[in-house]
Amino acid sequence: MIPSVHVLEYHLVNYRRTWRASVFSSLVLPLLTMLGFGLGVGGFVTGGVDGVSYLEWMVPGLIASTAAQVAVAEATWPVMSCFTWVKTYFAQAAAPLRIGDILGGHLAFMLFRVAVSAAAFLLVAFGFGALRSGWAVAVLPISLLLGAALVAPVAAYTASVSSDSYLAILMRFAVLPMSLFSGVFFPVDSLPTVLRWVAWALPLWHGVDLSRAATLGLDPGPGAVWQVLYLLAWAVGGWFLASWRYRRRLVI
Amino acid sequence: MALPGMGRRSAAVARRNVAALKTAYWLVMIGGLLEPVLYLFSIGVGVGALIGEIPLPGGRVVGYAEFVAPAMLASSAMSGALSETTFNFFGKMKFMRLYDGMLATPVRPIEIALGELAWAMLRGSVYSAAFLVLMVAMDLTTPLRALAALPASILVGFAFGALGMTISTLIRGWQDFDMIGAGMFVLFLFSGTFIPATAYPDVLRWIVEVTPLYRSVDLIRGITLGSAGPVQVLDVVYLLVMLAGGLFVAGRRMERLLCR
Amino acid sequence: MNSLIHARGLIKRFGDFTAVDGIDVDVRPGEAFGFLGPNGAGKSSTMRMIGCVSPPSGGVLRILGMDPRRDGPAIRARLGVCPQLDNLDPELTVLENLVTYARFFGIPRRVARARAAELLDFVQLGERAGSRVEPLSGGMKRRLTIARAMVNEPDLVLLDEPTTGLDPQARHLVWERLFRLKQQGVTLVLTTHYMDEAEQLCDRLVVMDGGRIVAEGSPRELIGAHSTREVVELRFPTDDQGTYAGKLEGIGERVEVLPDRVLLYVADGDGALAEVHRRSLSPSSSLVRRSSLEDVFLRLTGRTLVD
Repeated sequence: MIPSVHVLEYHLVNYRRTWRASVFSSLVLPLLTMLGFGLGVGGFVTGGVDGVSYLEWMVPGLIASTAAQVAVAEATWPVMSCFTWVKTYFAQAAAPLRIGDILGGHLAFMLFRVAVSAAAFLLVAFGFGALRSGWAVAVLPISLLLGAALVAPVAAYTASVSSDSYLAILMRFAVLPMSLFSGVFFPVDSLPTVLRWVAWALPLWHGVDLSRAATLGLDPGPGAVWQVLYLLAWAVGGWFLASWRYRRRLVI
Repeated sequence: MALPGMGRRSAAVARRNVAALKTAYWLVMIGGLLEPVLYLFSIGVGVGALIGEIPLPGGRVVGYAEFVAPAMLASSAMSGALSETTFNFFGKMKFMRLYDGMLATPVRPIEIALGELAWAMLRGSVYSAAFLVLMVAMDLTTPLRALAALPASILVGFAFGALGMTISTLIRGWQDFDMIGAGMFVLFLFSGTFIPATAYPDVLRWIVEVTPLYRSVDLIRGITLGSAGPVQVLDVVYLLVMLAGGLFVAGRRMERLLCR
Repeated sequence: MNSLIHARGLIKRFGDFTAVDGIDVDVRPGEAFGFLGPNGAGKSSTMRMIGCVSPPSGGVLRILGMDPRRDGPAIRARLGVCPQLDNLDPELTVLENLVTYARFFGIPRRVARARAAELLDFVQLGERAGSRVEPLSGGMKRRLTIARAMVNEPDLVLLDEPTTGLDPQARHLVWERLFRLKQQGVTLVLTTHYMDEAEQLCDRLVVMDGGRIVAEGSPRELIGAHSTREVVELRFPTDDQGTYAGKLEGIGERVEVLPDRVLLYVADGDGALAEVHRRSLSPSSSLVRRSSLEDVFLRLTGRTLVD
């Protein structure tokens, strides 16, 4: 446990040099999306959605989606860099650290990034008056859970591919469709049945649904427990996958 | 140096990219094709179901997907051209040091730039054509209008490609790419892409209307909705000036960038 | 004028820094010509000017009788360049690297393919034709870069530190291939900071230091002019080798004190060593060897070449 804290510390120290650039991609861009879609496009959604304004309806989805974006971004190029370009992992593996420490420390850093982005976005949404309930603070743990469900399997994927072209492929064929069709911008009910099932199978929709219940102050119902467990399953399964792939790469 | 030699050497630079096409890159390319389609279905169709129809400035009312589709075409022409001439160009120059090798041959800096631009345009034209076929299939425009929109979207690609080449000569390092990416995203969101510019407050509206993506969207939308008029001629002139200006500046600066 | 390269007072400046400070060079057809010097001596800047990718800041430069400022593409059409850092195309295979490169010279695809296959055999990479560049070893990459430099059948081949960073076996393989090119009458111009490389490959060389040429000639001539026939290397069991310098005075022509050893420049090494022992000086180790270009460089600049 303690050694992975040292790994986390390394990533945090590194982050001190690069955090400015990340503010842009993980806060300013989602904010603009909120303005462009929530207010702009929302202005044309005259009937609102499910009885609330379009802005209020989409903001929780956008927070969850941003958490997912940050999670995936942190688990792709930076991980590839630690394996191939900067070779950070190999340097760490030469120290008395176990695979679990290296992986755990880095995943913890990724979740830190997710938490900071979600918290900042939540504050801004509060400023816009887009939150309807005090339960909105629950968006933070939900984002962390969603983040965990994504960083672990995505890190496993990154550890398995040979070139960063495959990361671009993941972004375009999996992450972008997931962001666009997981109920962030419009309800999944209007999707064809097959696509609706795909949306339900992927982690993001569950994060969106839980966040939305939180910011709108709705009773999520007993289904929420299953959604939480489902996301946990992604996180735990991803952890084992990633440990296996990391071992393959680091222990030769 | 004779013009045929210049064309041949630029073509050799473009051919290098064809030779580099491998499985993974093909997939990345298909991904580029997929992006505007996904946005069309998500925003145009999905959010469109919440919006229904949208009024154009002239008073005409069109379906939301019809309104968004040409904007997606223009945006993808922009992002394809910009990413090939900035990200990929910089990667080949700094990371792979490809151009150092090319410059040891009779190939000149401007020929490298033109070759890369030609490649970006070839790729962009295929994307645009495929997207227009989809638009016709979804009854978002007529075949004849789609045919007229193809050269327009190629012009959009060329104009942004020339702009991208100019940007490449100004880039200091990877950190600048965050700015380019953010800039592209801002244009994508606010160029009359998802809502008419008339919905913005007056000052904002005027700013939006002078941006290059707005002019591109306006041109292609005018064609695919069949409402093209004198304003679209202005759009074409705007894009031609951007193309000429970009090529002029890039041509002058490229030499300094690559041969120090 | 029969020189392939003709430079007079050639200068390259980067801002306030003068990398090449007025050098005169003539390279004749068929010879192997070397620029020898430590890092930062101005060798690579000179090579880039000769390669017509870096405009001179001053002086006269004629390559193949042409002006690089005006005729860059025409000159480069007849040059082969092997840069210090391999810039092979990582997205292409070994064979595609050569064929694609040949196309930049306007060589027809069919001719390019035939020539590429021939060159791959020449650099002993025929079996790797379909392989990607990335998994190749450093020595293989360098040989491929040399093959690429030959793809236009150049009149003049420029090699910037052709064996830097290679292991001894890979170096010898590269030298052997370059020697074959030399035998075929190809004019080679190379830079190096390795003495053995310069002695192996160069008919004639210039020693550069701080952007200037400090000596010129064949390896033999340079050693004859600036050093003695033999050198005695002595190590004394002390932190300061200099304390022994005075006691060695009079043995041979010159004494050179380095941080870890003392060099005696003499005509007869064994005789000198006997004299050292006669003076009851007892070095912890001693070595008699022939003079090399390293000694020439030390003499001319007061510094060692590789540090």
